[in-house]
Formats: sequence, C-alpha cells, structure tokens
Amino acid sequence: MLGKLRINREYWTRYRVMRYWVVPWLFMLPILGLHAFVVVFPASQGVYYSFTDWSGIGEAEFIGLRNFEEMFFEDQSHLDALSRNIQWMLFFITVPFIFALFGSSLLAKVRRGAMIYRTALFMPFILPSVVTATIWRYLYNPRFGLPTLVGYDKALLGQSDTALWAIAFADNWHFWGFLMVLFLTAMQGIDPVLYDAAKVDGASRWEEFWHVTLPGIRPVVLFMMMMVMIWAFLVFDYIFILTGGGPAGATEVLGIDIYKNAFQRFEAGYAAAQGITICLFAGLIVSVFAMLRKRGWEI
Amino acid sequence: MRAQREFFLFRKQRESNAFNHFFLSILVVFSLGPVVLLGLNSVKSNSEIALNPLGLPRQVHLDNFANAWQKGEFSRTFKNSVILVVGTVAAELVLGGLAAYSLARKNPPGANFVMIYLLVASTVPIWLYLVPLFFLWRQLGLLNTYHGLILIYTALNAPFSIFLLRSYLIGLPVELEDAARVDGANELQVLLRIIVPLAWPGFLTVGLVVGLGIWSEFQVALIFVHKPDMFPVTTSYFKFTDRFGRDWAMTSAGAFMMIAPVLILFLALQRRFVEGLTQGGVKF
Repeated sequence: MLGKLRINREYWTRYRVMRYWVVPWLFMLPILGLHAFVVVFPASQGVYYSFTDWSGIGEAEFIGLRNFEEMFFEDQSHLDALSRNIQWMLFFITVPFIFALFGSSLLAKVRRGAMIYRTALFMPFILPSVVTATIWRYLYNPRFGLPTLVGYDKALLGQSDTALWAIAFADNWHFWGFLMVLFLTAMQGIDPVLYDAAKVDGASRWEEFWHVTLPGIRPVVLFMMMMVMIWAFLVFDYIFILTGGGPAGATEVLGIDIYKNAFQRFEAGYAAAQGITICLFAGLIVSVFAMLRKRGWEI
Repeated sequence: MRAQREFFLFRKQRESNAFNHFFLSILVVFSLGPVVLLGLNSVKSNSEIALNPLGLPRQVHLDNFANAWQKGEFSRTFKNSVILVVGTVAAELVLGGLAAYSLARKNPPGANFVMIYLLVASTVPIWLYLVPLFFLWRQLGLLNTYHGLILIYTALNAPFSIFLLRSYLIGLPVELEDAARVDGANELQVLLRIIVPLAWPGFLTVGLVVGLGIWSEFQVALIFVHKPDMFPVTTSYFKFTDRFGRDWAMTSAGAFMMIAPVLILFLALQRRFVEGLTQGGVKF
C-alpha cells in the first residue's frame, strides 16, 4: 500500500518536472539558442577583439585600451563621424516629430477618409531603403529634379554642406508616417472630456494642442525620442546607398566608418571597439531617460 | 439650449475639418507624390523624362520593365529574396511560436529572465556584434548561403516575433486547450490543433512584418553576401543602379517591380501591417 503510494508520488514529480520545466524550456531553447549564437556570442567576442589589433585574419594581439585611446584622442575621422551622428540625431528628434505631431493632430479630428489618409501617410514606411534612395536621388538630381523648379541647379547630394541634410530629409520622408501612426494611436486614448473643457474655455487650436493633446501623448513622444536617439547612432542604409560617405567624407557617420574599417581597411579590432562605443552611447541615453523618470518626469 | 450648443459644435467641427483636410491633402501629396512619380517614370522613355520630368507620360513604354528585368537579373534575385523571405518566416513562426506558447501558457521558472533578455536584446545596437559575426560566419562557411542569412534574420527578428505572438496567445481563452488535454492531446497536438487555428491573425501579422523586413533588408545582405548569384533584390538593385544610374526609366521600372508585390500586400492587409509594425517598433 505504502510502496504503491511512493511510486505514484515519484511518477507525479517526474510528470511535473516534465510538464512545467522540461517541455516549456525545450520549446524555448531552439530560438533562444540561435539568438545567443548570433548576437550574444559574437558580442562577447567583439568585447575581446576591441582590446586587440586584430585585422580579421590570423592572430590578434592584446593591446589594452589602445583602440579607445586612438578613437577619442587621435582618430579625427572617428570624431567627425561621431559629430555627424549627433547632427543626424538633432535632425531626427525635431523634423520627423514636427511632421508626425502636425499630421496626427490633424488626423485625430477627421472621421471621413481617416483610414485613407492613414494608409497614404504610412505607405512610405514600407518601402525598401534602396527604393526610397532611388526616388530621392531622382528628385534631387540637378538636371531636372525638384531643386531646378526653384532655380537651384547644384547637386544637393554632391556638395559637402548639403549632402547629409538631403539624405536625412529622404530618410525622414520614409520614417515620419510611422511616428504619426504611433502618436495617432496614443491620441485616441485621450479623454474627450478634456477637449470639451478646452472648447468651453475658448481654447484656440494651438492652445488645445499645447495643453491637451501634447501632455496626453507625452509618454509616447518621449519614449520615441529615446528610441530615435539610439537609432541615430546606427544609421547606415541611406547614407551608404546615396553617397557611400562622400563627397570627400562629408557624410561619413559611425556606421560607414565601422563598415570601412572592418571590411576594407582590415582593422576589425578597431571596428569592434567602435561598435562598443555605440553600445555605450545607447546605454547612456537609456540611463539618462531612466534617471529623468526616477526624478518624477512622466516618461 | 442643448440643440443650439450641438448645432454650434457641429458647425465648428465642420469648419475645422476643412482646415484639417486641406493640410492632410498636402501631406498626402508629399508622401505619395514621389511614389506616383516613380510609377510614371517607369513607363516613360529617358528622353521624355529629361523633357518632362514631373508630368504624365505621353507614350507608355512598357519595354522598360523587360529591360530592367533582364539587365537587373530580377528573375534570379527575386528567387533569392523569395527563398530568404519564406525560409525566415517559416523558421520564425515555428521557433518563435513554440517559444511564445511556452512563455504565454507554461510560464516556466526563468520566464521573466527570458522576457528581460529579449527586451535588452532587441535594443542592443547591431554594430556591437555585426563585425565579429561576419568573421564567425566566414569561419563556419556560412557567407554567401541562404541558410547563413536565414539564421541571422531569424535570430534578429526573434524578440519582436516572440513578444507579439505571446501577447496574442495570452488573449486567447485557456478552456479549449484544457478541454483538448482532458481528451488526451499532448502539448504538440494542443499547439497545432488548438492554438494555431485560433491565433492565426497573430501569426499572419508576424509573418507579414518579418517578410516585409527581409524583402527590404539591405545592411546584413550587403555584408554577408558577395557572390552576385546569391544577391537578394535589395543589394542586387543597389549594384544595378550603380551601373545604370543615368538610365532613370529603367531603374524606375526596376524599383517599381521590386515594390509592386509589397504595395499590393500592404493595400490588401494594411491594418495588420500597421498594427504589427507599430507594435514592433522595428527600425528606420
């Protein structure tokens, strides 16, 4: 009698372990293992290589913090690239946000045709970067593109002082509709009573936006600002496709510099170190936002 | 009094809507204009583009498409991209679906850790691991192969897919699964017979978003594929515009062929696209 009970208990324990431990983890293991192999393992290798002078082939020699020293005190092209990423970031935390806030606050009030507007404004976001780049290379062309309509016949992408902004604007064309849809969804969660109250108080369109709409979607706006700031350090596609870093290095951002160091100049160790600094910047941005949140900002 | 107020509000709303429609139309022209222009240029001749860069075509030249198809080697690159899209989406739905089911329903010890891991993983900058990953792939002989790219794409899309599928599965009623288990179904049967039929909208959304991402992907394909035979549409099109950059008619036709399947799918299923893309917060 007692022995039988014990067998039963063992059976149940084994069943429980199988059911609540082994099977669920077996289900998760393939994709987690793959992810670790593609992301975590190379990332840890990258940390190691960043302290070496590895060329990508053969032996790597440990050189301590030499790469980081060079990056921040000697390598002017790295510092220039970094400053272009910051310019890119300043562009992307303003221009697309203005477009998106303008579009979404207009669209939030519209009933008829709202779906059509949303679809049309979101559409550029689904286009591949190579296609968006082709379209804008055409629109910017100095022979019969848009600039010629106002009598400007220089190549926007071919001059050092305009190229970066021209690329940023093309990327913005592709990107702002995405932000707009996020803001629109957030605006639908604002209590309509607040708008009625604003109306009773005789608020103007601008006052309504400033005192009701913007505070209502602030968490989403600030979160997206954080994401955009991180993404600004990763930019690669549009610049690589449209100028490849030119003219004369005027659009060389960190992504392009790392690509060239790793795959053209055989400085894989240095490129890995640059990748790590991007990661540190991202971490810094996240911690600044987390700190502001702790101080009572509603993020 | 009330009727008067409602009338007043109604009138005011009508007025403000005209203002809104006016500016929204300008934004629509800004967003769609360039794409429409691409479509128009794809059926013009080059000499007409130079004379009439922004207008309607006077004569429709469909041979641009045939030229682009041939010179851009689209028959091969389309095939490559379709293999990458189908392979990645299949791997993602099967492996991501299994993990999402486990997280949503089993909540095994360590599930919280997995969620945090995925959250952090999805924000880690790609440049942290891209360079070492390239040399690892070269060592393993995975450069210039379909499975080499599919493995990377599946891994990079995993956090998004698992999160979205998990939130779909959590919303489903548990009763049906319990009933199936009482009838003696095992875990795999529950997943295939109950979960998948109920959660297909979630799977469809993930499939669309991941598929779109792979079809458009440029950076990883550029770094991991150097053999022209293996180029997907994006990097092949990049090389194509590099060679025939001045031939606006042909490059426009090529671009249009590349986005046509995407546009058709988007217009047919735009709710799912918008929902999936805005929940994933992918990249830009």
